[in-house]
Parts: sequence; structure tokens; C-alpha cells
Amino acid sequence: MAEEEKDHPTKQPSVVDDVAALLTGLKTTLAETFRPVVTTMYPEEKTPRSERYRGRHYLRRYDNGLERCIGCELCSAACPVGCILVIAAENTDENRVSPGERYAKTYEINMLRCIFCGYCEEACPVQAIVLGPEYELSDTSREKFIYTKEKLLEPLPPDVQARLNAKEPK
Amino acid sequence: MNDLYNNAVGHWVVVAVAMTLLLVVVLTATAYTVWFERVALGRIQRRPGPNRVGPFGLMQLAADGIKLALKESFVPEKTDKLIYVIAPAIGVAAAFLAWSVIPIGLWYNVQYWIADVNVGILVIFAVSSLNVYAIVLGGYASNNKYSLLGGLRSAAQLISYEMALGLALVPTFMIVGSLRLRDIVEYTVHWGPYTGPIPLILLTPIGFIIYVIAATAETNRTPFDLPEAEQELIGGFLTEYSGLKFTMYYLAEYLNVITVSALATLIFFGGWYLWVVPPVLAFFIKVVLVLFLYIWLRGTFPRLRYDGLMRLGWKVLLPLAIFNVVVTAIILVAVQG
Repeated sequence: MAEEEKDHPTKQPSVVDDVAALLTGLKTTLAETFRPVVTTMYPEEKTPRSERYRGRHYLRRYDNGLERCIGCELCSAACPVGCILVIAAENTDENRVSPGERYAKTYEINMLRCIFCGYCEEACPVQAIVLGPEYELSDTSREKFIYTKEKLLEPLPPDVQARLNAKEPK
Repeated sequence: MNDLYNNAVGHWVVVAVAMTLLLVVVLTATAYTVWFERVALGRIQRRPGPNRVGPFGLMQLAADGIKLALKESFVPEKTDKLIYVIAPAIGVAAAFLAWSVIPIGLWYNVQYWIADVNVGILVIFAVSSLNVYAIVLGGYASNNKYSLLGGLRSAAQLISYEMALGLALVPTFMIVGSLRLRDIVEYTVHWGPYTGPIPLILLTPIGFIIYVIAATAETNRTPFDLPEAEQELIGGFLTEYSGLKFTMYYLAEYLNVITVSALATLIFFGGWYLWVVPPVLAFFIKVVLVLFLYIWLRGTFPRLRYDGLMRLGWKVLLPLAIFNVVVTAIILVAVQG
């Protein structure tokens, strides 16, 4: 088609060309009809995410079940929107939560404010806070978007959990 | 059945039952036409279309209908209330009226119709012209500039294309010699060894092309949907309509689409005759194929500009239709002597 136009640059379109153009359009759409559908059926089917995808936060633990977070509040300071609240408390020998001097008694993230920039993850000296791959975070009330420490904390490693379960009945 | 039909009281009983049946069948058909259109348009754009509500999305229309019915039926201030309410009703009434004369072949030698008038096609043209009142009055009564512009556009468009639409079918009448839709379907040819009904498109191909274009314009569908051109006119005459009144316009539009498809089937494709296929199935298949043609056109062509619309109607289709009539007349005289 393009080559023809080069050969006859001044040629006026005729009725035949117009009708042919219409038929070409019809042919194109009909051909598309029989090609496979390209839609991703979203809730059932998901597109792959990058390994570095920044989604919902997690508070990590060490393998022995102790929390990594030492309550230094560097994440809170690094956060550009100020959505992280950390209130630290001293570790004691009776109640040891993290290996450091202090631990986070309260750790809250306001997910409505969070912009998922990942600065908290970068600021953390002990890799306690990380951004995970989940992005389906919708909920039904504003209160539910204040993610508390219980919600953010990773579950205990299975062996530690099993030991605790075995201890409890006694 | 014949005795009952010829009896004075029985006749009305039969007609009332037939009307009720038709109402149910045509309403269901409308719902599934919308579904079919959405799926077909989706496929043209390589997406699946509605597929969530029910198997293959077949219950989508029930969901949409409930949603529309439960919506607030808002009447804007300073509208002409009576006309505002009556306009969509005119549209639906006109769309249903056309079905009073459309015959449907149910089985071999069994046909279904409400009224078997000898000017069937004229009745359809007469009542489908009423659709323009629904649009113009709706646009006028809404007290909205966009609505009024949409209404005025549609008045000009519908009047322009009605001429071509009517003239496109004249050659068919000249060949068949009757305006009764049943006679047109049952038109029999004696071509050598073959005696039987034929799809009349073989004799009137130009008429069919004009009919498709003009009927698309008459039903306000893309590429001729200027009365409701969203980009320029918000929603045209539909702008101020919501809830059930909007649903009525929507229903009327799709009813008209089915009507013109059924009419094309009856006039150009031999109605319910298709080799050995049972008549009602043949009729159904043909109507669905013509419907697909309209959806296909919608999925392919962009909207015409207003001057292009008028030029096509008056300077191309109308002369072509007249030419078609004259040529057919000459050939008929030459063949029949």
C-alpha cells in the first residue's frame, strides 16, 4: 500500500480505493476476532512480579525466633511521609525479645500513608523491616490500615513454635 | 387453530397470547443481543467480554437490569415533565410495534405472526419512524444543550436515511409484487430444474448494501451514532436520563437492532428457508449472523463527521437507491416483457 503511494504521489483516492479501505478494515477486525484473547483473568491469574517488588511490609525474626528489630527508630526517621511509629522498650533477662539492648514495644505502619518507597528497608541496620511481594491490601475501614506489630511480624520459625507448643501444657 | 383464529373472540385470544409470547421472547432476545454484542466486540479487541456473572457471563444482563431498575430515577429541574417521561415510552412502544407484523417460521408450514397485514413492510417503516419522536422529544424535554443538539442531529439523520432505507427495498417489492413480509419470504423462483424460495439478496445485492448502511443509521449505531456521540455531546439525548427511563431507551435501541436484523433476514436472506435446517433454527441463525454484521461494523468503523453523514445519505445512498430502482425496473420489463 505504501509503495503504491510512492509511485503515484498525486493520485486522488477513488471510490474503489475508499471501499477497498473499508473492506480492509472489516477483514482486519474479523481476523482479530479469531486470534486468542490476551486478557489476564486477574483474581485467578496473576502477572509475575519482580523480585525487588515493594509491597506490604514484614518485620523479620532471627532463626532462633528473636525479633530483629532493636527499636532504633531509624526507619521512622527515614520515612518521607512519616507513616511509621516505633516506641522502644528495654530488653531484660526475663523478657528478651531481641538480641540488642532495646526492642520495639509498639511498631505501627499507616498503610494509607505509605508510598512504598522502601527507605525504611534501606535505613534499617539489622534488616528487620522488609517490603514483601503482596499488593492486594484493600480493606473495609481506615482503622484496618494501621498495621500493628502483630500483623507485621513474621510467624515464629516452625521449630521454635513447636518447642513453645510443647512447653505450654506444663 | 384456523377455526379459532377465524372466530371473533378466539381471534383476540390468539392475538393476546401471541403478543404475550412475543413480548417475552423479544425481551429475552434483546438481553442476549446485548450480551452477544459485548462478547463479540470484546473478541474483536481480543478481550473476553463479560464472563463473571453466570456461565460465560450469560446472567450479566440480569445483574445490569437489576442495577438499572434500582437506580434513582432522577428528573432534572425545569424539564418538560410530561414529555420527558413520555419520550422513552414512545421509543419502546414503537420498537415493539414493529414486531406486530414480523412473521417467524416455526416449523414447516407453521408460521407465527400477530398481524398478517398486506402492507407489513410499510407498517414497520411507519412505526420505526416514531423512534425519531422519542429521541427529539427526549432531547427537547431534557432542558439541556447537549440533549437538544443530540435530538436535532438525530432528527436530521433519521429523516435523511429513511428515504434511502425505503428506496433500498423498492426493487424487492417490484420483484415479489407484494408488501406482505410472508409473501416476500415465500417468493418462489422457477430456474430450470430448481423451483423454490431463494434468498432475494441474489437479485437485489445493491439494495442490501444500502439497507445495511441506512438501517445502521436508523438505529443510531456506530459509525452513525451521532445523536449520542459521547466525545462531543456527553450522551446526546440520553444525557439527562437515568434509571428505568434510560433502560427504556437502551431497550428500544437494541429492539430496533433486532428488528432491522430480522427484517434483513426476511427480505434478503429468505427468512426461515435454509436447505434442510428446521425453519425456526434457520431464522435464528440468520438473524444472529446479521446481528454479527452490525456488531462487526460497530467494532470496525469510527464515527462519521456530521457533514460526511449528510453527504453519504443524500449524495451517495439516495442516488444509488434511485438508480437501483430504475435499473431493476428496466431489467424486470426486459425479462417479463
